Amino acid sequence: MKRTENYVKIEFLSRSTNEGFARIAAAGFAAQLDPTLDELGDIKTAVSEAVTNAIVHAYPDELGRILLKLRITEGGVLEMTVRDWGRGIENVEQARQPLYTTGGAERSGMGFTIMESFMDRLSVKSLPGKGTTVTMRKRIATRANGRR
Amino acid sequence: MEVSASSDERRLTLYLRGELDHHGARGLIRRAEQEIDTSLPLQLALDLSGITFMDSSGIAVVMRCRQRMRELGGTVTLCHVPAQPRKVFDASGISKLVAIE
Repeated sequence: MKRTENYVKIEFLSRSTNEGFARIAAAGFAAQLDPTLDELGDIKTAVSEAVTNAIVHAYPDELGRILLKLRITEGGVLEMTVRDWGRGIENVEQARQPLYTTGGAERSGMGFTIMESFMDRLSVKSLPGKGTTVTMRKRIATRANGRR
Repeated sequence: MEVSASSDERRLTLYLRGELDHHGARGLIRRAEQEIDTSLPLQLALDLSGITFMDSSGIAVVMRCRQRMRELGGTVTLCHVPAQPRKVFDASGISKLVAIE
């Protein structure tokens, strides 16, 4: 495991108003890596998908706890973990397929696809009845190292 | 999430402003369907110039509008799409199903 240079943990209730809060929190924490606007958009989009999944699917009929952990490891890697203690996912492989959704017409089934394409790594661990942990990593290269 | 509408001839334009996430999408879908059912347009334009953030909830909104417009024999066009929503549309492959101006 890579050395942690900084982290924050934020726990909040699974209310949909907290989707916007989670995005602002992730973007604010990531700002110390000096990301481009494009990278900041990727970070906000990915965390929004993961938190929305927890709100919609982990706790469909109740309010529950969601833990957002943001971590920076050596080499300028941002790691975002979204954990819940909700219903869990029976078949993670199926859930990760594009267009697969159990969320009805209000959901597109593209959440995991977007997390995958906007982040470098995506890991989904779930136990039915116990909860789900989504971990995403993205390297934010420093601009001094030859970026624009 | 704010919505305003203007319609001319058979084209209905919905101007969307703010953050289009799951929290905002539910009200937006309802509003869009009301506007469509009122003006029965042949073309629906979603103007996204005022969108400051969009996640996959926006894809669900567009797909829902597309389905409703197909029932009317019409089409959906996305206009003035900022860079961040554009990236979400591109990742989802929706650009193949809906015209982007």
